[in-house]
Amino acid sequence: MIDARGLSCPLPVVMVQKEVKKSAPDSLSVVVDAQVCVENITRYADNQGYKVSVKEENGDFVMELKK
Amino acid sequence: MRKKVNIWVIITGLFVGISAVLLTQLGNPANMGFCIACFLRDIAGATKMHTAAAVQYVRPEIIGIVLGAMIMAMISGEFNGRAGSSPALRFVIGAFVMIGALVFLGCPLRMVIRIGGGDLNALVGLAGFAVGILIGIFFLRRGFSMKRNYEIKKTEALVMPLSMAGLLILVLAVPALFAFSEKGPGSMHAPFAVSLIIGLIVGALAQKSRLCTVGGMRDAFMFKDFNLLSGFVIILLTVFIGNLITGDFTGFAARLQPVSHTAEWWNFLGMLIVGWGSVLLGGCPLRQLILAGEGNGDSAVTVFGMIVGAAFAHNFALAGSPDSMKDGVYSSGGIAAPGKAAVIIALAVFAFISIMNTRKDKN
Repeated sequence: MIDARGLSCPLPVVMVQKEVKKSAPDSLSVVVDAQVCVENITRYADNQGYKVSVKEENGDFVMELKK
Repeated sequence: MRKKVNIWVIITGLFVGISAVLLTQLGNPANMGFCIACFLRDIAGATKMHTAAAVQYVRPEIIGIVLGAMIMAMISGEFNGRAGSSPALRFVIGAFVMIGALVFLGCPLRMVIRIGGGDLNALVGLAGFAVGILIGIFFLRRGFSMKRNYEIKKTEALVMPLSMAGLLILVLAVPALFAFSEKGPGSMHAPFAVSLIIGLIVGALAQKSRLCTVGGMRDAFMFKDFNLLSGFVIILLTVFIGNLITGDFTGFAARLQPVSHTAEWWNFLGMLIVGWGSVLLGGCPLRQLILAGEGNGDSAVTVFGMIVGAAFAHNFALAGSPDSMKDGVYSSGGIAAPGKAAVIIALAVFAFISIMNTRKDKN
């Protein structure tokens, strides 16, 4: 699980990009705490061929990226 | 691949571009319908933090942008009090970003507006801006971070919106408190209410769309994501077409462009500083205003840093002087020695911050 809470743009996407480039996982969990990060990661993941689901937990957004 | 470009980015770009042309027609300086750096500098002057007589005015666009962002964020449930990500460093970077912008004579938004107005010096600035962004990306890829922020109380989150609301009340109720330019760019402005309303709309739209001039190139370079860059391009095209319609576009040239100088290396380096610093901050000066309006205390500190940077820029003769023509005699502007020294210092400071905040990536 990548914990990108509290990080400013574009660090959350950079963290996801690093993981995707390193191991091209079939699934990846990311937790962020801002709607803008959800949008940015979704756009990146979408471009990389992942399907994204998001659920809100205690003010955080838990994102599941799946091939 | 879907949703490559958010429709709100297009709408915001169009509105900002049209507003920039309109505000100039209504009285704002040429090629300065919108300029976050220039307008914060004018506010620094109006509040007597500097005494450059030509650049003192309480720009309602800035007040509107912050309050518009706050209102939109509250409506959409995105007003989040956050702070604690290296605020002192952000203050310093904000101040130097402002100095870089005033060496060039404009923030990234005005750079785009200047290009749309035919100012070739701004193309040089664009090249510097792109190089600065690439330097910032170099460090981001190697783990640059100013660490995470944390939830804060509403009182902290409201500092910037309430500061702007207070400024609005004071300038309307007791205008004699402030200094107002009688000539020069500070004396040129659209009607107060029009500027305020346009600022409110731009703030709301930019909050909704996340428009960011540095984010456009950064995301395109880093992720091949052209969402924000499309806003940047739309503003440029809209201003260009708008200037053609109004007759303000008279061809591409470098000499004697409105509030601009031809010291090209310094134009390049000034915008390089803005690009690099804005990547470190996570957003351009406009975006910092929006985030401050959304309750981000770190961005509020950054904006205060930019205002102090603007005051320094004029108190210590760091800002660029525009080209001028008097009685048919051309006088070239440019950067005085203190401004050149400030640019070198800014580069050294950014290099230090970038290196010290970049961890070696063990992966």
